[in-house]
Amino acid sequence: MSLLELDNVSKRFGGLMAVGKMTFKVEKGEILGLIGPNGAGKTTIFNLVNGYYPPTTGTITFKGGRIDGLKPHVVCHKGLARTFQVVKPLARLTVLENVMASAFCRTDRREEAREIALEATAFAEMEEWRDRLAGGLPLGMRKRLEMARALATRPELLLLDENFAGLNPAEVEKTIEIVKKIHGSGVTILIIEHNMRVIMSISHRLVCINYGEKIAEGEPRDVADNQQVIDAYLGVAHA
Amino acid sequence: MNRKTILVSAGLLLLAAFPLAVQNPYVLHLLIMTFLWVLLGQAWNLLGGFTGQISYGHAAFFGVGAYTTGILVKSGLSPATAWSGLLLGGLMAALIASVIGWICFRLRGPYFSLSVLALAEVLRLVAVNWKQLTNGAEGILYIPAFRSKAYYYWIILAIAALAFVVIRAVMRSKFGFYFLSIREDQDAAESLGVNTTRYKLYSLLISAFFTGVAGSFYMNYLGFIDPGIVFSISDISIMMILVTMLGGAATLAGPIVGAVLYILVSEFFRVWVKSGHLIFFGILIIFIIIFFPSGIVGTISQSRAGRKLRASAERKAAA
Repeated sequence: MSLLELDNVSKRFGGLMAVGKMTFKVEKGEILGLIGPNGAGKTTIFNLVNGYYPPTTGTITFKGGRIDGLKPHVVCHKGLARTFQVVKPLARLTVLENVMASAFCRTDRREEAREIALEATAFAEMEEWRDRLAGGLPLGMRKRLEMARALATRPELLLLDENFAGLNPAEVEKTIEIVKKIHGSGVTILIIEHNMRVIMSISHRLVCINYGEKIAEGEPRDVADNQQVIDAYLGVAHA
Repeated sequence: MNRKTILVSAGLLLLAAFPLAVQNPYVLHLLIMTFLWVLLGQAWNLLGGFTGQISYGHAAFFGVGAYTTGILVKSGLSPATAWSGLLLGGLMAALIASVIGWICFRLRGPYFSLSVLALAEVLRLVAVNWKQLTNGAEGILYIPAFRSKAYYYWIILAIAALAFVVIRAVMRSKFGFYFLSIREDQDAAESLGVNTTRYKLYSLLISAFFTGVAGSFYMNYLGFIDPGIVFSISDISIMMILVTMLGGAATLAGPIVGAVLYILVSEFFRVWVKSGHLIFFGILIIFIIIFFPSGIVGTISQSRAGRKLRASAERKAAA
């Protein structure tokens, strides 16, 4: 049994088929990269898995149980956390309070939530920023906060939505290190990323989509060499 | 116990001992009204300030609390039952709140704010027209149980203090963190495990309960209610918002400061200028919103936090 299975999942917004007949699996323990040009429907897939939207058709299974149609907070309690591409910090709370708020997913006690939050912020290497208001963080740290918050919910599967976008090279290296550390602690990861160097270096497998449909799946090398993938990114030559 | 707790307890003890020293009914009346507004401000602040769900119609809950007590009195039960109305008034307000919250909190945006405004108006019209139950526009008259104002003083002081302690404890718990995260970003809260519909409802229930208790106390103390007074948009619903904003929304001390200022300003105008207290209070609010948008307490604590941050930055730079 795979950790996460999408079977024939579609999402229609009025006349627009944002995701069509999507089928793929995320195996326990892997890092699966989800790539595709802008507007291909990657974030929509996250929103479907996370419960933000119900799918129009198809089923989504997590740890053997159906999760399609469940609310995000229920999905979170089942052990599936996500970060947002457009970061959503709780601006008027400190970094530590932000992470504590999500740690309450696993405990009702304030002290315990604080422990979890201290641990998660340390894991995301942002100890120095704990007492700062989240609204005043630079972008790199906001992206880091997204990860710390998701970690504090103690997920088995973590969905990372473009956590590398807008980072400088040093921050990119640091974030790769953190993602690998998260993976090393036993968390399965599904990641959306445009930075090809990053995605090729950390993913075990890739799924490439375009116009809401899967066009390739497999080892990173093979997917990168796939003609359809190249066409999707670079356009078809009319020679 | 830290220093702050000791200071607050000492302050409360002093306040409790006050009527033993001063029996002037006018002074006691002003303090009673101040405590009543502290209670109302705290109640609104929990939902509007901390949870970010702006209510334009808390008079609905105030009025339901007041009329619950009023109807108990009118039905000819002994005067003591009026006090049982305190708890019952709060519970009735929470019951009404649970219905409106259950319907509206599934939606986002201004639906709740507007629905509760409409609710207060609907309830006012019901109170005007359902004459057998409410005496209609004539209102309900009741001879207050105690001659001495000191008893009312102690009762409302105790209720306001209780509300303060409860809300402080709530805000330090999981509930408080969830309320704040709903205010800051509902999508983020939802995906981090917060059942936003349910927690908004919890916040509303606590808020409506204390507002209903306040309404019930009002009936007990002043001995007269009519629909125009207790379901008033300007004197109750909007004033609850203004008192909170003036002192500082989403701060524990804000509604206290706001209530003290409100009573002082309106008394000053009533006694010395004879009229116009609402106009002046309105001007004061405009001034506060323009220059201190976080309210008085909010602005003070912000500048304090800023100083602390600068000081620690300087220490780091020096080291």
